[in-house]
Amino acid sequence: MTPALSVRNLRIEIPTRRGVLTAIDDLSFDIAPGEVLGMVGESGAGKSITGSAVIGLLEPPGRVAGGEIHLAGERIDHLPPERMRHIRGKRIGMIFQDPLTSLNPLYRIGDQLVETIMTHQRMTTAEARDKAQRLLEEVGIPAAKTRLSSYPHQFSGGMRQRVVIALALAADPELVIADEPTTALDVSVQAQIIALLKRLCAERGAAVMLITHDMGVIAETADRVCVLYAGRLAELGPVRDVVKHPQHPYTIGLMSAIPSLTGDPDEALAQIPGSMPRLGAIPAGCAFNPRCGYRFDPCTVERPPPYDAGAGEAACFLHAPAFARQAPAETLRQADAAGIQLSIPNGEAAR
Amino acid sequence: MIAFAIKRFVQALGVMLVVALISFMMFRFVGDPVNQLVGVDTPPAERAALREALGLNDPVMLQFGRFVVKAAQFDFGISYQFKQPVASLIASRLPATLELSFVSALFALAVGVPMGVYTGLYRNTLLARGFLAVSLIGVSLPTFLIGILLIFAVSVNLGWLPSFGRGETVNLGGVWNTGLLTKSGLQSLILPSITLGLFQMTLIMRLVRGEMLEVLRTDYIKFARARGLSRRAINFGHALKNTLVPVITITGLQLGSIIAFAIITETVFQWPGMGLLFLQAVQNVDIPIMAAYLLLIAFLFVTINFIVDLLYVAVDPRIRIGGRTAG
Ligand SMILES: Nc1ncnc2c1ncn2[C@@H]1O[C@H](COP(=O)(O)OP(=O)(O)OP(=O)(O)O)[C@@H](O)[C@H]1O
Ligand SMILES: [Mg+2]
Repeated sequence: MTPALSVRNLRIEIPTRRGVLTAIDDLSFDIAPGEVLGMVGESGAGKSITGSAVIGLLEPPGRVAGGEIHLAGERIDHLPPERMRHIRGKRIGMIFQDPLTSLNPLYRIGDQLVETIMTHQRMTTAEARDKAQRLLEEVGIPAAKTRLSSYPHQFSGGMRQRVVIALALAADPELVIADEPTTALDVSVQAQIIALLKRLCAERGAAVMLITHDMGVIAETADRVCVLYAGRLAELGPVRDVVKHPQHPYTIGLMSAIPSLTGDPDEALAQIPGSMPRLGAIPAGCAFNPRCGYRFDPCTVERPPPYDAGAGEAACFLHAPAFARQAPAETLRQADAAGIQLSIPNGEAAR
Repeated sequence: MIAFAIKRFVQALGVMLVVALISFMMFRFVGDPVNQLVGVDTPPAERAALREALGLNDPVMLQFGRFVVKAAQFDFGISYQFKQPVASLIASRLPATLELSFVSALFALAVGVPMGVYTGLYRNTLLARGFLAVSLIGVSLPTFLIGILLIFAVSVNLGWLPSFGRGETVNLGGVWNTGLLTKSGLQSLILPSITLGLFQMTLIMRLVRGEMLEVLRTDYIKFARARGLSRRAINFGHALKNTLVPVITITGLQLGSIIAFAIITETVFQWPGMGLLFLQAVQNVDIPIMAAYLLLIAFLFVTINFIVDLLYVAVDPRIRIGGRTAG
C-alpha cells in the first residue's frame, strides 16, 4: 500500500552568518494511512522543523536541501507555493502547541471555520456554517451552534485546542501533523485531547505525525515511534518494541530516564551524561558517540546509517555485523545485557 | 458597553474642567483685563465701573463658575484686539483649519497604511527600502522647512499650485466656508495638506510596518498558513486587522496634534485658520482668543480620544469583555 507520507533522505539546511547548519540530515520514514507515528527527541532534535518541511512552511532561511517528500505517492517538496497552499489544510492538517495563540483573537470561531472550509471546498456559506457546527459537535464542544459566534478568548485552553483540531480537520486531510498538541494544556485535559485527536483521525483514516516529549502519550497513542537525535534518525520501530526493547543506546538512555509508576520511587532516574550537541558542533561519526557507553572505533569516524534492529531499525554500528565484530567483547556483553539484539551470533560476541 | 462609554465620558468631562481652570487663570495672571479693554486715559472711576460690570470683584470660584457656564455656551467674551465676540471669530476660522487637518489626516492614512503594509510584507525589496529611507526624511525635516521647500519647488519653480491662501470658498448654510467645492480651493489645499500630513504619514507607515512584522510572526498567522488560506486572506484579513488597534489609536491622537500643529503650516501658507488667529492673539496678548483656542483644542483632543476608545471596542472583542467586567 502507498504510504500516506513518505519522507526520503530528507536534508534541511539553515544558512546562517556563521555557515550553513544542517538541522535534519538524511532522515527517512513512512507513515501508512490511518497510522500514528510518534516523533520523539530532545528539545532541538529537529521534530518541529521536520513537520514544517512536510507541510511546506519552513521558516526562511531554512530550506529543504535534499531528499524527497511524498504525499500518497505524489512528490510535494518541490511544488510551486500556490499549489502547495492548496495541499495545506486540504490534504495535510497541522495542529500547533499553543491553542491560546493559534486562533486569531479578532475573528469569531465560526468565521474562522467557515473561512477554512470555503477555502478548500465548494460550498455556500450556509452549507459551510452547517459543516462548521458539525465539526464543533464532533470535537465535543457543547452548544456548538451558539459557540460558533464566540470569540477565542471566551473559550478555555482545552476548548480552544478542540477548536484548533476542528480547524485542522475541516477539509478531511489525509495526514495530520500534531506538534506537541497538549504541552501547553492542563494535565487533566491532555489525555482527553489526545484521545479525541486519535479517534477523529482513526474515523477519517488519516495518518498522524504526533510530535511530543511525552513518552506516555506515545506509548498509548502511537503505532510506531521515530526517535530523533541532533537532526538524525536514531531509532524507528513499532511502539511496543521501542519502549520495551530499545535498540539504540540513545533510546535505551531515554527510556530509562522516564519515571514509571511501578518502579521504586526512591531509585534515582538514570540520566544520559552530557547533552545533545548544538547544530554547529555535531561530532564526526555518530552524533551520539561522546555520550555513548558502547562507543567503539568506527563510531567516532563514520556515521552509522539505519540498520535493521529488532523489529525496527536503529542507526548504530552494533547492529551492523561487519562492524560489531570489531567491538571489544566487554562492550558486546554490556550491550547484550542492556537488551540490544546483536546481529552477530552469540559465540562470536563472547570471543 | 454603555457603562464603558459613560465612564470615559465622565473622565473626558474632568479633563475639560482642568483645562478650563488653566484658561481661566490666564485671565487673572496675564495682565489685567480692564487695562486691555480701556485706553490709557480712562478715569479710575470708569475703570472701577467696568471692573464691577465684568464681575471681576466677585469671589474667584464664582468667576470660574461663570466662565465655565459661558464657555459651555460658546461664549468666550470679546476679543481685545478685534472688539468682536471671540466665538464668531473662531467660528469663521474653524472651517479652514478643520478642512486642512482632515485632508492631511486622510492623506497620511491613505498613503501611510498601504506603504506600511507593503514595507512590512516585502521588507527586503528595493522599493520597501526606498520607502523607509524617504520616511526618515519625513520624520527628521521640520514642518516649516518642508512647506517652504514645497512652495519653492512646486509653486515658484513649476508654478503648478498656489503658494498661499485658501483659494475661492463657497459658503454653506451661512456657517461653513468650504474650499472643497472649488477648483482653486482644492488646488490650494494640496501643498499645505502634504506639509501638515507628511510627518503623520511616515509615522503611520512605520507603525503599520512594525505591527505587520510583529503580527506576521504570531502563531495564529502560522496556523492560518497551515490551513492553506490565501495570501490575500492572511495578509489583509488576519494580519492587517490585527494591526488596526494601534493604528487607530495613533491616528486618533495624531489628528489632535495635526489640528494643534496646524499653526506652523498655516503660518507658512498664510492659511486663514485658527492657528493664524492664535498667533496674532499671542502677539497682541489677546487673552480671550488664547483661552478659547486652548479650550477648543482640548475639546477636540478629548472628543477624538473618546471616539478612539469606542472604535477600539468595535475592532477588538477582547476589550468589550474587559470593559464590561471593569465597568
Ligand atoms: N532560524 C534558525 N536559525 C538557526 N537555527 C535554527 C533556526 N530554526 C531552527 N533552528 C534549529 O533547528 C533545530 C531544530 O529545531 P526544532 O524546532 O525542529 O526542534 P524540536 O525538536 O521541535 O525542539 P522542541 O522540542 O524544543 O520543540 C534546533 O537546533 C534549532 O536551534
Ligand atoms: Mg518543536
